[in-house]
Amino acid sequence: MSTLTIIGVDGVVFAAWLFLISVGLTLIYGVLRILNIAHGSLYALGAYTGATLLLAYFRHDLWPLGSLAVLPLAALLVGVTAGPLIERGLLQRMYGRDEILQLLTTYALFLILEDVMKLVWGTSPYYAYRPYGLLGQVSLGGVVYPGYSFLLVGIAALTGAALWAFVNRSRFGRLVVAVIHDPEISVAMGVNLPRVYVVTFSLGAALAALGGAYTAPMIAIVPGIGVEVIVVAFAVVVVGGLGSLEGAALGALIVGVVRSAAVHLLPTLELFTIYLVMAGVLLLRPYGLLAGERVRRL
Amino acid sequence: MDRRGWLVRILAGAGAAVLAVALAVPVRQGVQAAPAKPGEVKVSFVTFLSGPAAAPFGVPARNAAEVLVEQLNAGKAPAPYGAVGIGGVPIRAVYTDEAGGADKQVAELRRLVLDEKVDLVIGYISSADCLAVAPVAEELKALTVLFDCGTNQIFEDASHRYVFRTAGHQILDSVGAARYVLRADPRAATIAGINQNYAWGQDSWASFRDSMRRLKPGVRVVAELFPKLYAGDYSAEISTLLAARPDVIHSSFWGGDLEGLVIQGTPRGLGKQGTLVLTTGDTLLPRLGRDLPEGLVVGARGPHGALAPDIPLNRWFKSVYTDRYGIRPVYPAYHMAQALLGVKAAYERAASGGEWPTKDQVIAAFEHLTFETPSGPIQMALGNGHQAVEPSAYGVTGPFDPKTRERRLVRVVRFSTACVNPPEGMKSAEWISQGFPKARCP
Repeated sequence: MSTLTIIGVDGVVFAAWLFLISVGLTLIYGVLRILNIAHGSLYALGAYTGATLLLAYFRHDLWPLGSLAVLPLAALLVGVTAGPLIERGLLQRMYGRDEILQLLTTYALFLILEDVMKLVWGTSPYYAYRPYGLLGQVSLGGVVYPGYSFLLVGIAALTGAALWAFVNRSRFGRLVVAVIHDPEISVAMGVNLPRVYVVTFSLGAALAALGGAYTAPMIAIVPGIGVEVIVVAFAVVVVGGLGSLEGAALGALIVGVVRSAAVHLLPTLELFTIYLVMAGVLLLRPYGLLAGERVRRL
Repeated sequence: MDRRGWLVRILAGAGAAVLAVALAVPVRQGVQAAPAKPGEVKVSFVTFLSGPAAAPFGVPARNAAEVLVEQLNAGKAPAPYGAVGIGGVPIRAVYTDEAGGADKQVAELRRLVLDEKVDLVIGYISSADCLAVAPVAEELKALTVLFDCGTNQIFEDASHRYVFRTAGHQILDSVGAARYVLRADPRAATIAGINQNYAWGQDSWASFRDSMRRLKPGVRVVAELFPKLYAGDYSAEISTLLAARPDVIHSSFWGGDLEGLVIQGTPRGLGKQGTLVLTTGDTLLPRLGRDLPEGLVVGARGPHGALAPDIPLNRWFKSVYTDRYGIRPVYPAYHMAQALLGVKAAYERAASGGEWPTKDQVIAAFEHLTFETPSGPIQMALGNGHQAVEPSAYGVTGPFDPKTRERRLVRVVRFSTACVNPPEGMKSAEWISQGFPKARCP
């Protein structure tokens, strides 16, 4: 298999993971206008919850492939518990406040959640890697890929399509779009703004947790895994354009393929690729690839 | 006697008195009075208690400190460490988090020494933290024992009086790995490396690569990969390694990164087409158990963990640690044991006259000391007696042992300290590039 094909496959697989971990961040920013630093903690919560459910599942000697269906349940659990709790308990007090204050609030939340996870799950690593080998291997020209990587691509594509349909085709999605464009007019037209906010934040939290849950079988789950994720997710959504779902997909694809190319062709540059892409895009399009310029209101 | 004679005698007498006082002052200053025996020895243990390095390194090291302090204070440790605490004085432990970066650790060290008034500091896993605190410890004249960090720069690029390191530096891991690999497969001709992109990963790879080239001229590097620390996803790197088909893959990955690499690499056959060498792989054995594949070359940064010798001190350490924490100690715990037992040995050697020793006496006793540890005897042989040398050991993962719930290590080879450490006065890079002069290997 040619190097170009390997770069393509690796790039798409990494892009799928990037999209899963970053789409919730851009959704929350698009609607709530809050850059959620605690997104990394929600990802870690998803990973811990997913691992706990997987370990419980395998203890009962059930059909192994069924374990893959347990992971969305972990995302749902995090979404419906942590989401409303954080949005109603904390973030609703921050709307319209200074951006620095919002940033500091979500950063404080990130630190609190890190300690909460240590209290609940302790500091020892959790392993739930059994599903990673369940889907067999695919050999492409001598390079073996796990079937799980292609499952990730499928989950990312499905998530993206479902999210697009939700925003563009459902009634609630249209309300969300209205709020994105003008919250004040939306309220005047009778849109229940707090409801839109709490549902959107919970959905964003569930998406972060979904990314964490499907990553759980690939890694050792230890305290601090959310730190790196927030940096990478932020870079992806900045490239695509903060608040744009299509932008998150495009940003993930570009960053994924460029990083993959760097690993294969120029490994010494790998560390900088994400930031090089980000800097390059910001130089040419300061609002990212697919975000429109913000209209200044008088 | 005339008046002039009296004057001469008075002046001569006064001169002699001044001379006697002048001579007497330095003599008195040179002899420090022995300090009174304290009520406790206050030791600060600095390890990662938060962040990604806490679970694999910081917490096992802290746990080792905790259980050892309890055992030593209760006088339950075996010979030669049977005396209560340190020389009969109980140890009081102060645990400090190493997370936060080198600047924070420098500030913390000042606080521990000046405000907390600890008697000594045992700490630091990160090489960056060791490099930052060493000169500050000198400035504060604070007895500081580095227990785990791997950089060889500490005593090769500077000399220290108040700083000691009771673990070997990373050269022994890399040189030991190269010697082991070529002994196991003398035909190995191509190598690749996947190491974390910071000082530890880059230095480890450079010394392994250069050792391989010196030991077998003509060895070719087919891939050098440096993923970011805590990257998590290694799909592209594993593809590169599989496509390059090297005979040997070297990795100094640790903690969650190491586990992620093995979890993601195993189903893809990483380590099957060539030899996968994991210099810190011992930490995987109790964690992954049966799921760790056979045939991986595993090290433990010295003769620790599964590679530790079967001696009474090791059996005791493993037993008290496992009873307390439900898992056997891994190499950072062994490094912590080395540091604490080294300090105890140095203090008790300095106090052998019966009086509580001064700091200078402890330093003099610590320099060039050889002391017993669960990993065997440790010599403070380098850096003017401030830097320990350790032997190296590697083995291959073999059949699963239901008794220990770990894969047994087979084809274990131990390399003596003289085989894998540079001689005193020679820098590691020079030692490797000159073809390991004065190395004595079995």
